[in-house]
Amino acid sequence: MSAIENQGRPVELGDVQGLVRFGYKHLTEACFLLLRVSDPAAARAWLAQAPVTSAIKTDRLPETALHVAFTSEGLRALEVAPDLCAEFSAEFVAGMASDGARARRLGDVGANDPGGWKWGAGERVPHVAVLLYARAGRLAAWEQEIEAQYAGGFVRIERLSTSDTQLKEPFGFDDGISQPKVDWERERPVRDQDQLEYRNLTCLGEFLLGYPNEYGLYTPRPLLAPQRDPGGLLPRAEDAPDRADVGRNGCYLVLRQLQQDVQGFWRELDRQAGGDVDLRERLAAAMVGRKKDGEPLAVPSGESGGAATPRSKPNDFTYRDDPRGLRCPLGAHIRRTNPRNADLPPGGRGILSRLWRMLGFNAAALEQDLVASTRFHRLLRRGRKYGVDAAPARSSPGAETGIHFICLAANIKRQFEFVQSAWLVGSKFAGLTGESDPLLGHRLPDMGDFPTDGFSIPQADGPDRRLTGLPQFVTVLGGAYFFLPGISALRYLATTR
Amino acid sequence: MVVARVTPGRERSLRELLETMNSKPGMADPANAVLPFGQFERLHFARLAVLDDPTVGDIEAHDVPRPSLPVYLAFIGSCDGPASECIEDLARRAGTGLRRIFMHCDGFDAQGDLVTWVQAHLRPLAANYVNWVGRTVRQVKEESALRRALAAKVPRAPLASAAQAQQLRRELIDFVDAEVSAGRLGLTPPDPTPLRWQIAKLLHLAAIPLAGLILLPALIVLSPFLICTLRTKEHSDAEICPPPDRAVLLEMQHLEDHDVSNQYTAIGSLKPGLFRRWLATVLLVLIDYTARHIFTRGFLARVQTIHFAFWAFIDDKRRLVFTSNYDGGHEAYMDDFINKVAWGLNLAFSHGVGWPRTRWLVARGARIENRFKHYQRRHQLPTQVWYKAYPGLTLADLKRNQRIRQGLEPVNVTDAQALAWLRLL
Repeated sequence: MSAIENQGRPVELGDVQGLVRFGYKHLTEACFLLLRVSDPAAARAWLAQAPVTSAIKTDRLPETALHVAFTSEGLRALEVAPDLCAEFSAEFVAGMASDGARARRLGDVGANDPGGWKWGAGERVPHVAVLLYARAGRLAAWEQEIEAQYAGGFVRIERLSTSDTQLKEPFGFDDGISQPKVDWERERPVRDQDQLEYRNLTCLGEFLLGYPNEYGLYTPRPLLAPQRDPGGLLPRAEDAPDRADVGRNGCYLVLRQLQQDVQGFWRELDRQAGGDVDLRERLAAAMVGRKKDGEPLAVPSGESGGAATPRSKPNDFTYRDDPRGLRCPLGAHIRRTNPRNADLPPGGRGILSRLWRMLGFNAAALEQDLVASTRFHRLLRRGRKYGVDAAPARSSPGAETGIHFICLAANIKRQFEFVQSAWLVGSKFAGLTGESDPLLGHRLPDMGDFPTDGFSIPQADGPDRRLTGLPQFVTVLGGAYFFLPGISALRYLATTR
Repeated sequence: MVVARVTPGRERSLRELLETMNSKPGMADPANAVLPFGQFERLHFARLAVLDDPTVGDIEAHDVPRPSLPVYLAFIGSCDGPASECIEDLARRAGTGLRRIFMHCDGFDAQGDLVTWVQAHLRPLAANYVNWVGRTVRQVKEESALRRALAAKVPRAPLASAAQAQQLRRELIDFVDAEVSAGRLGLTPPDPTPLRWQIAKLLHLAAIPLAGLILLPALIVLSPFLICTLRTKEHSDAEICPPPDRAVLLEMQHLEDHDVSNQYTAIGSLKPGLFRRWLATVLLVLIDYTARHIFTRGFLARVQTIHFAFWAFIDDKRRLVFTSNYDGGHEAYMDDFINKVAWGLNLAFSHGVGWPRTRWLVARGARIENRFKHYQRRHQLPTQVWYKAYPGLTLADLKRNQRIRQGLEPVNVTDAQALAWLRLL
């Protein structure tokens, strides 16, 4: 293994699509174009020279940005070699709406069923996503320019518009606060070792293919014999220097259109609170795990005194001092999506103490051990809001709003699908029962007719407060798995057969 | 576990029959006409699986010719009380259905005695894990009903004082007593453990360490040789971890995630040679020992999501079958294993042909995430029929419900204990 030698080899930022590194807050306008290939040759010709934005930081912030990603159907439509396509991960090859088993896992059942999606299933699976970003007022021109470039090769099946980036998601909460810190400098040592503390710094290989992940391993991706890359377009694989790495500097991109019923959400909270405005806000904050301004309900790490996490550090906390969820309910949305725990449940650092916990003999530790090892299940989010304004008073009935959820990951199954299925859709997260994610749950009962439409809020001085009969607030309207290639891999896929 | 060879040419008809027992893919209808599992009040889990091992040829990597091994039908049940009683009960109340199933197997005599035939095909388990030894189906169901009743009854406003917790608890206990008297709730006291079992357990508790003690001198003398052999094999044994066939994988996924729990059935060949054969045997004896005497109260090391699991050798220890009933989805189950007990997986399974390379018997192996995940899926077999007596309930539910019931009993509790109990509801 030459992993250690590669430790210092810097990331080829010029080959990484900028979206992996940047959220483009200053590019307040964006739209996502979902295309199908109409003329493979013309499509490839555009992709071979499409002005894709790299991850290199420039002195002046860019005025516009463009990113390109493919579905597996798209790769096939572009006539990429089938054996190469087949080497991508099974989830990507199958696609998000591939079968009923995946739909069950992802909670895409009932109103979320792919059969009712606006796009992403059947004939409406996109081949390519073109993500366009621009400074205020510049998107229309940018979009026109790009559309004119690709028009010969593609037809557009959907244009996902976005609202001006504001921090708040449609229900009215600050969003996008919790993000993993990507180890761009490759500081994390390449080895497989238990982490006794939750840390936000996450191995590059969890988000970019071709680099070591949290296990110290390289996630499988298409590797080719060098003669299949006669032009030498592709980087060589770190873990197999004699192979050309199609995955390096690329990653998977999960896109889901999540429609939010803002009026329904606040109406239900009003009902639950019996019209008490203050209680309504507290219940909503309990469901999210943060107040509207982003302040987490949990206490900051290292301080159990009860001081709130400072506003300046809204992501600097764990749930270690709140094992029962008295401050932040166990089932709160942000606690489900990122439980912030280490590989071993809390306890002493001594070898014996660790061994004792490893064998399960520490009962207190076991209680907190139903969910562990968060670091293998992180998502880098890049979604944008769409539709009308978030304030419920100002949104007209029936107006559609929500989030075009985007997350980036090197392993769709272990990251996105795991979080979605085990932590959000699952009705038994962390030993809870009768509830799935308070925001995203589909509310259909489990087998044995056990409800999933509850939400429990632990109280220090009595039984859990319990909300029941929650309706569905978020509906999936579309979705697909994409591959966001490194820029050289993009050129390779566009030019080589 | 009952294992019987499927008569060549009858496999298809067997599969068709098994299919009729399900209400959803792979999920048994508790009232199905062949084996109405739901009528057997002591049956926790049951499954019927056709053991047709697609990985038999892997052993060629060890320069051993591909053996010709039969296709088996496995019938597996986890029940309260001795297996023999469970089999007799099944034969008595569902004999016709059992005969219809076993008619597809070699040597089944439709006129002969069913119980004798089934007993003769019962295989010993190499290691057996039960999440909570002594928790019966009846207890699970009664305690679940208890929780539902109490959860609906308990007022959820904050309490005025700590003393109120005591009063509330007393009221709820009175409520439970009234419901029990009215026959709406049942709280059957547990049956005492038969003396025979207790003695057998004590003997087992002592016998294994004793045997270890006797073997110890020989082990010490042989240890340099054994360690050397282990390390050599760990370096040279072939890894066979290609991705599982997509169609087969999808077939298995269609059987999964209908309930909050799932099933897993896997098969594989042992690496050839006496060394692995003996090592696997000894380690499974030790796993069985810990499962019987140590891990009997809700956890197997850090894993708290396995209801029942066992290992069994078949074909003269050439192959090993593993089955489990676990909470959550397959991916979460495997991640839990990798992240919490990869060392245990390596101890138990690294003697299988093709297992990802281990170091010193416990390190690496299952930690090589993708190879392990491919390996375990490739060795998994579809479970044609699976039954769970308490759908919708996980082990976390069972444990909490058990604590709720236990909390009814003490007469005097502190305010804090009363509050802690209320918070379970």
